[in-house]
Amino acid sequence: MNFLTNIISGLSLGSVYAIIALGYTMVYGISKMLNFAHGDVIMIGAYMSFVMTQYIGANGWIALLVAMAVCTLLGITIERLAYRPLRGTGSLAVLITAIGVSYFLQNMALLIWGANPKMFTSLFKGMSPVHAAGGKLTITPESILTIAANIVIMIALTLFVSKTKAGKAMRAVSEDNGAAQLMGINVNQSISLTFAIGSGLAAVAGVLMCSAYPILMPTTGAMPGIKAFTAAVFGGIGSIPGAMIGGLILGLIEIFSRAYISTELSDAIVFACLIIVLLVKPTGLLGKKISEKV
Amino acid sequence: MADRILNLKSIGSRGLKNAVKGNEYRREASISYGILIIGYILLSLGAATGLIGHNLQGQFVPICVYVSLAVSLNLVVGISGELSLGHAGFMAVGAFSGIVMERMLLAHMSFEPAVMILSMLFGACMAAIAGFIIGIPILGLRGDYLAIVTLAFGEIIRNFMNVLYFGLDENGHLKFAFNHTIEGIENSQRIITGAIGATGTKTISTFNWGLLLCIFTVFVVLNMKNSKQGRAIMAIRDNRIAAESIGLDVRKYKLMAFVVSAALAGMAGCLFGLNYSTLVPLKFNFNTSVLILVFVVLGGVGNIWGCIIAATVLTILPEAFRQFADYRMLTYAIVLILVMICTYNPTIKARVTAIWNRINPFKKKGGDKPKKKKTGKEAA
Amino acid sequence: MAPKDKRDEIRETEISETGHTYENRQEIYYNDNVGGRAVFVDSKEQYGPDEPYNDQVYLPEKDKGKAPVLEVKGLGIDFGGLTAVDNFNLTLGRTEIGGLIGPNGAGKTTIFNMLTKVYEPTRGEIFFDGKSTKGMTTVDINKAGMARTFQNIRLFDKLTVEENIKVALHHTTDYGLISGMFHTPKYRHEEFRIRKEAMKYLKIFGMTKTADYRAGSLPYGAQRRLEIMRALATKPKLLLLDEPAAGMNPSETSELMETIKEIRDRFQIAIFLIEHDMNLVMNICEGIVVLNYGRVIAKGSASEIQSNPKVIEAYLGKSRGKMEEEEKNEDIEEALSKGKLESAASGKPDAGSSGKEVG
Repeated sequence: MNFLTNIISGLSLGSVYAIIALGYTMVYGISKMLNFAHGDVIMIGAYMSFVMTQYIGANGWIALLVAMAVCTLLGITIERLAYRPLRGTGSLAVLITAIGVSYFLQNMALLIWGANPKMFTSLFKGMSPVHAAGGKLTITPESILTIAANIVIMIALTLFVSKTKAGKAMRAVSEDNGAAQLMGINVNQSISLTFAIGSGLAAVAGVLMCSAYPILMPTTGAMPGIKAFTAAVFGGIGSIPGAMIGGLILGLIEIFSRAYISTELSDAIVFACLIIVLLVKPTGLLGKKISEKV
Repeated sequence: MADRILNLKSIGSRGLKNAVKGNEYRREASISYGILIIGYILLSLGAATGLIGHNLQGQFVPICVYVSLAVSLNLVVGISGELSLGHAGFMAVGAFSGIVMERMLLAHMSFEPAVMILSMLFGACMAAIAGFIIGIPILGLRGDYLAIVTLAFGEIIRNFMNVLYFGLDENGHLKFAFNHTIEGIENSQRIITGAIGATGTKTISTFNWGLLLCIFTVFVVLNMKNSKQGRAIMAIRDNRIAAESIGLDVRKYKLMAFVVSAALAGMAGCLFGLNYSTLVPLKFNFNTSVLILVFVVLGGVGNIWGCIIAATVLTILPEAFRQFADYRMLTYAIVLILVMICTYNPTIKARVTAIWNRINPFKKKGGDKPKKKKTGKEAA
Repeated sequence: MAPKDKRDEIRETEISETGHTYENRQEIYYNDNVGGRAVFVDSKEQYGPDEPYNDQVYLPEKDKGKAPVLEVKGLGIDFGGLTAVDNFNLTLGRTEIGGLIGPNGAGKTTIFNMLTKVYEPTRGEIFFDGKSTKGMTTVDINKAGMARTFQNIRLFDKLTVEENIKVALHHTTDYGLISGMFHTPKYRHEEFRIRKEAMKYLKIFGMTKTADYRAGSLPYGAQRRLEIMRALATKPKLLLLDEPAAGMNPSETSELMETIKEIRDRFQIAIFLIEHDMNLVMNICEGIVVLNYGRVIAKGSASEIQSNPKVIEAYLGKSRGKMEEEEKNEDIEEALSKGKLESAASGKPDAGSSGKEVG
């Protein structure tokens, strides 16, 4: 039963990683940048939800919507102010800017909410855990709903990217920015949209994560951000199903190494798995092969 | 064959000045050493006259450490053109192995300079070994994938530091344990205790050692840049396929840059470790790696003296503005973003340069500005 | 076998079977001493199924006594399902200047990439300097003595001109990492030596004044020359030039022609070049291979290639006469399928006559 519990919590944690990884992977796909500020957008999302429920007393679901709206705006603003001026100047400049944005968001949160951890109230507070296998297996509502949310988001996003005009435009831009522009696609709009979706999902991930692990600090988003980024690379950065698979596998590895190997070394094991995967498949599990024309 | 006159008109007069590299290495070396010496004299004078407060004096050794780290990282990022996000990992290896070495040596000898040098060498060796082990498999990866793997390795190293236990038994022999505490050792004889980190280190690092380390690091990196190996490394950075076509072993040279850089970071880490009586592994996290990278990028990728200045200024400023505690990091973030946009966005850069030319009191006639290193695409 | 007329010669070699087999070819290099500028020897290699061509081993007179520097047998590569190059055969003499021409997309650069192992060939064998290059990497190939330039210039842009050459002198620079890090006397001695050597190369190309310029800031023609110098500095036995005259003006091109010849004479190496400038190719290449759709359609000396109908067709498209001829061929096929074999055979057109119709 312990094993099953671990699988479920692994999938649940993995779902959170997968949702965050989506933001990384979409942004990387379209603008080839490592958006290290993404983890902090998660934190802002969680704080917004916290503010709505604690200070204003709103319903959890409304709080989630508000958090999503705020993060969407935040994502668009960050892209517009910090990343767009640096488009096409090489990945290092954008990387450092992203780190600057990350510092900015963390310190902003520090100023507004202070360094003391806040206790996050779960979005699913009223729901009771599900008991299975004759009461031996208890599944928290957080786990179920996180996994469910992950599945819904994946399906919706895959449909969006493959069926809608805006989604196709996004794919075209990530394939070849210049050619897409020549075909009359508004590249700026597509990139903004990508950031909007990624950041909106980050808010969802933030709320889901803090529902399961209810400690909220300005640095809450940093480590999950790095791990989700790892997940995105693991699955093949730029690939939406890759982000999902990468996230789930990483979540399972983390929970299992915590349970069976060592709590302290769980992160090391997660990162070691990433390295092994990249050595075997240099562009991740579902990544495209890069070839250079001579 | 008859001498031909090359058609240089197409370069244009301004381009011509940018084009000539001339004695760049010699100039870069004299500027770099000059900055180090002048900086040392200024800081020493400031400390002697009391202009520099006690808090800031405590930052002297870290400044030297960060300068060395930035210069050594520049070997990977600027000269080899690979993004590394795990430099703090090598620093950690150097710090902890240096600390262990120091404690072992101090149990048998008391001549501090020898202890310092041996510890540093040991730290450098261990970091070089770590760099070698890490570098061999990963240097086939490219660009952002390499960056993420170095990040992962940095975190792995830090995680391992969390479960390492070192101590000295009553005979002064080293005891080691992995993932559990060592039994039967007095607290004072513990060297490294897992996540608590190093305790009871004798702080033998001084500003003078720091200066020596900086000079050594700059010496090695600049010499290497102007050698067969450095040229090969830069050639691979500029065009990997062409480099292969003239018979350069890409992996070998990338590994060389990586290992030398790791060794230098190990020495700096050792100096850092021996500067504090207690040191937690958490100090060597991703943020520290990023901090070093920021020094390199703000100083100019591949520009040695630029990153010396950046590391110094960016270590002093946050310390000097400590009274504005809450706002200083926020300002730091905003300044970082603005500086990146102003130096890298072509339109804004042109405007800033134009304004600077108008207000620059030292402007020479005919717009003959000293050459500014262009760093925009070097790591692209 | 001394030909009276080039066209006749092509016809003869196409039609006749001289009986030379691949096994005894090696012998022929050394023994056959027929007069004239070049010697033709048939190889055993089967013609491509649909495009038979004049597949002969061609060596300039002066290289006949020596083993060829490069021998390529049945080379081919597939990308996915697409055959980019197929059944490519080549023999290049020790000091020959060979040319590889063909329309855009014919697979010329792909052949260079296979020779230098940027791509691993799907089929066939490459013997460089008598040794098979199977399993070698690009780096090994260069160490073995093959150097190349690139169609789209690939210089080390941020290094100076001099450094670009010094990098290429890397293998003859004899000091280790420690010497490099601490600038020992050995370092100084070697650096002084390679600096002089680099200057020697710059002098050949008349670029000593640009030694301290960043390579990326040079004008186009100078960049091309620098690339050749860099390749030469690795002391190759065979130099592959990929469109060396691209983007050069006529006077630069004619200078380049002289330079290429001088390189060959001075260093006594073989040069194999891809070029679209027919003036250059026809003037300096001793043997020319024409490629179209990944297959060799003709081989021979400049004058032979110039008058080869297939080459003209490949470059200029089919003439009306040729098209009519093709229709006739279709008629023949039809006739063949109907079994009217004898009448069809008598209607076969003269292979050599089509050239006239092109004018």
